[in-house]
Parts: sequence; C-alpha cells; structure tokens
Amino acid sequence: MTAALRFDPIRLPEKCEQLRKEVRAFLAEEIAAGTFDPHKPNREDTDVPEFSRKVGARGWLGMTWPKKYGGQERSFLERYVVTEEMRVANAPTRRFFVADRQSGPVLLKYAPEHIKMDILPRICRGEICFAIGMSEPNSGSDLFAAKTRATKTDGGYLINGTKIWTSSAHIADYMIAIFRTSPPTKENRRHGLTQFLVKMKQPGIKVNPIGQITGQYEFNEVVFTDFFVPDDHVLGEVDGAWKQATSELAYERSGPERFLETYYVLTELVRAVGPDPDTRSAEGIGRLVAQLHTMRRMSVSVAGMLQAGKEPVVEASIVKDIGTVWEQQLPHRVRDLAAFVEETATNRETLERQLDFAIKTAPKLTIQGGTTEVLRGIIARGLGLR
Amino acid sequence: MAESDNIVVETAEKIFADLADPQTINNDKKGSWQAPLWRALSEAGLPLSWVPDDLGGSGASLADGFALLNAAGRFAVAVPLAETMLAGWLLAQARIASPEGEMTVLPASPRDRITVDADGALSGRCRGVPFAKAAKHFALLAHARDGVSIALVDASKARTESGLNVGYDHSDTVTLDKVQPVTIKAAPKGLDQTAMMLMGGVARSLQIAGALESMLDISVRYSNERVAFEKKISKFQAVQHNLARLAGESAAALAAATSAADAIANAKSFDDAVYLEAAAAKIRCAEAAEKGGGIAHQVHGAIGFTIEHILHRYSLRALAWRDDFGSESYWAVELGKLVASRGADELWPLVASR
Ligand SMILES: Cc1cc2nc3c(=O)[nH]c(=O)nc-3n(C[C@H](O)[C@H](O)[C@H](O)COP(=O)(O)OP(=O)(O)OC[C@H]3O[C@@H](n4cnc5c(N)ncnc54)[C@H](O)[C@@H]3O)c2cc1C
Repeated sequence: MTAALRFDPIRLPEKCEQLRKEVRAFLAEEIAAGTFDPHKPNREDTDVPEFSRKVGARGWLGMTWPKKYGGQERSFLERYVVTEEMRVANAPTRRFFVADRQSGPVLLKYAPEHIKMDILPRICRGEICFAIGMSEPNSGSDLFAAKTRATKTDGGYLINGTKIWTSSAHIADYMIAIFRTSPPTKENRRHGLTQFLVKMKQPGIKVNPIGQITGQYEFNEVVFTDFFVPDDHVLGEVDGAWKQATSELAYERSGPERFLETYYVLTELVRAVGPDPDTRSAEGIGRLVAQLHTMRRMSVSVAGMLQAGKEPVVEASIVKDIGTVWEQQLPHRVRDLAAFVEETATNRETLERQLDFAIKTAPKLTIQGGTTEVLRGIIARGLGLR
Repeated sequence: MAESDNIVVETAEKIFADLADPQTINNDKKGSWQAPLWRALSEAGLPLSWVPDDLGGSGASLADGFALLNAAGRFAVAVPLAETMLAGWLLAQARIASPEGEMTVLPASPRDRITVDADGALSGRCRGVPFAKAAKHFALLAHARDGVSIALVDASKARTESGLNVGYDHSDTVTLDKVQPVTIKAAPKGLDQTAMMLMGGVARSLQIAGALESMLDISVRYSNERVAFEKKISKFQAVQHNLARLAGESAAALAAATSAADAIANAKSFDDAVYLEAAAAKIRCAEAAEKGGGIAHQVHGAIGFTIEHILHRYSLRALAWRDDFGSESYWAVELGKLVASRGADELWPLVASR
C-alpha cells in the first residue's frame, strides 16, 4: 500500500520530566522578577537580551550541539521540552529562537570550522540573534524565483537586492540568506542559489521596518547595496542552496511552536468558565483539548523520529499543516465560547485583551514558515501524487 | 499500511487478506463469508486475545490486542471480533472464564445502566449494542447497591430487538428483565462503567484509524488511475490538497488512537492521564472519520457512492463506530468538565504529562 504513515506513541523519558521541572521553576522565577508577563503575549518588546543570556547560562540553547561549540550534546526530546515550556509560558524567546532552531544547525553543517568556533558558542550563550533571508518581494512560496544577486569579486561577493518579511532583522546580528550566484538552468530552475552568512549592522545593509496588523513590528525589508560578503561566509555548495534550504525547513516544521502560538487563549478560557462550566463551554473546551493533545502526541512522535536519525518530511509537514490551522482557528473558537462567560469572571479583561491580539495574530500562522498550500504540496509528493 | 512486526497482527492480517477481502465481501450479498472468517479467527484464538490462558483465552498482551483491532479496522471487518475481545477482557477483570463463540459487551453507551436486584437478577435496557443479535453470550457491567459487578449472561435470556447502524452492522437494543446471569462477580476496584467506556472507545478509535488508513490508500490509488480532462486526477492541485488533508486526518486518528492504546496498556488504572488519552482519541478519531471520510468520497466521485464500490465499507463503518461507547460530543463534555474542575493552571501540566 502507499501511505506508510506511522506516529509511534513515544513517551518523553524521565530525564525530560526532570528538565521540565527545572524550566518551569526558572520561568516562574523570571515571571516573579517581572522579566515578562505570561498573560501578555502582545507586550511591546519581545526581545529581552538579559533573559536570553540567562537561558543560555542554563545550557538550554544549542542543547543538541557538540560540546566543543558550546552545546550540551543532549537529545532532541530534551530540547523539545524546553521549547514547549517556553512557548506555553509566553517567554520572550525572540532573540534566540531562530538561531537555536535553525541557523545554528545550518552553520554546524555548512560553515567553516573557524566560523563555527566563533559563532556557535555565542548562540549558546544567548548573546546573538539570527534572521532568515529567504523571501523577496517576488519570491515567497516560489523560493527559486529569488533575484537578489551575489556577484563574485576579489575575496568575496557583492550583494545587491532586497529581502522582505525578514523577522527580527532589526535586532539580528547575523542573517543566513540565499542569493543568486548564477541564473537558473533550463534543466533545473532551482539551480544558481547560494547560502551565505551575512553579518548585519554594517554599511551596505539597510533595514526598513514593516508594521504588522497586530500593531507590532517584527519583520522588515532588508536592502543590500554593494554589500560585501567574504568568501569564507559561503555556506555549503555554490549554486546548490536549494538542497540545503529545503532541508533546513524540516527543522522549522513539527515543533511545539507550530501549534502553541495562540495557546494562551485556551488557558484563559478555562480560567474564565470556572470549575463548573455549562454544557456548551465544556464541550467546546473538551474538543479543543482533544485536538491539542493529539497534535502534541504527533509532534512528540516526530521529535522521536528526528532523535532516531530519520527524516520525517511528510510527517513533519502534516504536523505543521494541522498545527497551524488549529492555532489559527483556536482564537475564533475561544471567542465563540467566551460569549457565554459570566460578566463577573475575574480574568474577563485579560481574556478579551488576549483574544483581540490572538485574532489579529491568526492570519499569519498558516503563512509563516511555508504556506499551508505549499505544505500540502509536499505531503502530496510524499503520497506519490507528484 | 504500517508494517506489522507482531505475530498476533501478522496472523490476523493473513486471515483478513485470505477471507475478508473487501471486494469479495461486497459482492457476496448473502454473507456467506462470515462463518469461515469467524472460524479462522477463532481457531487462531484471536477473539479471546485478551483472556488469559487459564480462563480459556490466548493471553495476548493489551498492546497486541489493540494492534489487532487497528488491523481489523484496516479491513473494516464486520464480525464481532472487537466485541468478543472486549467481552473477554471485561470478564477476565473479574476472573470469569470466557465461553466459546461470539460475545458482545453491554452497556455500549455511557448513559445506559444495568442494575442488580436483591436476588442477583439483572435488569436494564441498552441501546446500540453492537452485534448483540449475533452474540451467544453477553459480558456486562451492572450496578448493585454495594458496587459494580461483572456478569456473564446467556444471550437467549434477554430480549434483543434488531437494529442496524449506519454501516449496516447490527446495533441492537437489549432488554434484560430480571435475567439470572450464568456467573456474576464483583468488579475490581477502579473498574467502573467509565473505565469500560474508555476501553471500548479506544477499541473503536483504533478501528476508525485503521479504516481511515485504508480510505487514504484506496483514494490515493484511485486518483492515480482515474483520468479526467486528459490527465490523472491526482495531478490536479485541488485533488492533491484534499488527499493531503485526508492524510492529516488519518495520521491524527492513528496517533491519537495508538497513543491512547499505549497509555492503557502501560497504566495501572484508568486514572486522569488515561482518561485524557482515551477520551481525546475517541473525540479526535470521530472528527477524523467525518472529515476524512468526506474527502475520500469526494475524491472517488460518484463511483464511491455506489453499493458496488468498497469505499463505503470503510467510510460508513468509521462513521458508525463514532456512536459506540460514547460519541465525541459526550466525551468532549466530560473531558471539558474534567479540565475545568482541575483549573486553568493544571491544563498544560495535564497535556504535557503524556
Ligand atoms: C509573520 C511572518 C514572518 C515571516 N518571517 C520570514 C523570515 O524571517 N524570513 C523569510 O525569508 N520569510 C519570512 N516570511 C515570509 C514567508 O515565508 C512567506 O510569506 C511565505 O513563504 C509565502 O510567500 P508570499 O508571502 O510571497 O506569498 P505567495 O507565495 O505570493 O503566496 C500567496 C498565496 O498563493 C499561494 N500559492 C503560491 N504558490 C502556490 C502554489 N504553487 N500552489 C498553491 N498555492 C500557491 C500561497 O499558498 C498563498 O496562499 C514571514 C512571513 C510572515 C507572515
């Protein structure tokens, strides 16, 4: 038969539960100290450098990486626990999250040794922030339409063009970006893109803020004008970035951050309905919890596959597809149920404020990190349809 | 289809493949496939998988039995295999030996109740009891003044009115009017009607997940065969996306059901953690049956709507299984109440405990 989808019911080992306790205790301390407010996902500043350094000091960044680069050589499953606890607590992870999840693993695989020795330990210490430069004004889903050029020059490349929707570019120290080094070939339109490590905050790079419908400011337009990148900042194969970029995306897909972004409204709804809910609220909550539990079990299962050295491309895409659609619908379901919450609920104001923000957040969830349509194309390929 | 690495499942799959081919069954309007299939399953000891050797069964593990039910779902077999397994399991909880032949369990709905009179006779009415008409014995859970009992009843002592579920399988109303059981014993601590419903619900979840796997397989295959507008319909992006969603529903059902089965197989009692797993599986699998089955039919066009095509063997059974041992809305209300009573700050710890 065709579809060999398996989601083994793996359980997190005991040492993960011990770690979970440590993370919870740490987060509780930080909340008590006023570092962040877990009930305010819409806070102004999601970049909190001192928080980032504390997380690094705990050894919770680059957890799976080799020790010689500052990593801990711990398992994917341990990293999973840290990620989900941070996410559920609404911790300010902006500074370190992309580097820890995506950029670090890319450097580990493709960067020259001296760059690894320089940068990876700083990521592990929570000192530096990364951005991902893939999208361009006419190249989003169709990554291979990217035009921003890297032209060979003495000792490196000159970059000209524009990246867009680049999350955190305004605070980032580095960006891992793809640029066009050759035109595509007739046989392979994916050919001709190369991945580069870009040091930000230098002349030749201009970061222009782009506001979002949430009222926040997180992504940017990044304009390169004769910006110089040295030869040793080429990552991997010249003209062969398409293989690298698509495998990089696998890290992005199945983690707990792919279904927990609006989770806070569910907790707040449960608080608002109190211990003895009416039937309608109870049913609504029950269904949402069942769906959440199922996705989390799928996500843990994929983490187990990664840990076992497998490449669960289809499974990870399925988790992202179902996960982002769920986190997108969640605020709307909660809003619907919240219509029945008593006027006197003590957290009514918090719930309403959170719903307002979550409803504004929702439209982006099925777009960031690859649109739902693109993911479904990947799943369809896995099913043997293309 | 998932590779079976398990002797119980391998045996069952071989029997299903030989004697329960969906197309053969579909063509056989008289049901003459049923007796040989049941005989083969019985000879292999599968209906009494969950009954220990000393009580007349084959003593398979809970985990193996659950995997067997998943395989049964992949073939959408319509013989009382799951029902007899559940009945045997229930009887074994009270150390009651299982008789030979088809059995079923009751109640099959959390709202129905059987009571034990002072003289030990049983009374009550149970609706939607799967395969009651085919069963020679019932294993049932009954409420006495001093607690819960498990009983074995001769099916001929009860009044059974035939009914059919949406999958055309027997789903009958059983009325017990002062029926004397063959055997009755106190249920062990913690084994109440809720536990029995959770167990039955997980059995159904695994069957639904299996049926969805088959629906995905036959839908993918059909889309690669059917040509329209001069190309295979699998080349249309809209069809691909529908199938990707079906794969998602199938995967979600499988993940929820196998996780719940694993939870029960490894738990000491039907505690809150098992409750979350089992209730969630029943809710999510029922949702998947609705969404996934809808897509499978969409992809098949009109052909899938015909009685000649095998699709309905899976789609209608998956829909029917939603109703047994508590529907998704029943469990959603119960799970919602549990979550609410524990409070907001306990929700994440409960979810993350699994
Ligand atoms: C909050 C946020 C943060 C982001 N951060 C980053 C970042 O840090 N770095 C970065 O590089 N990018 C980032 N992005 C960009 C994101 O990756 C792109 O938006 C995404 O890849 C889609 O590209 P697009 O916006 O150009 O839409 P388009 O590609 O123009 O798509 C528009 C619509 O058409 C559909 N579509 C397009 N092609 C197909 C097709 N072949 N089949 C079916 N449907 C199709 C899409 O699914 C979508 O519905 C971010 C986006 C958001 C919303």
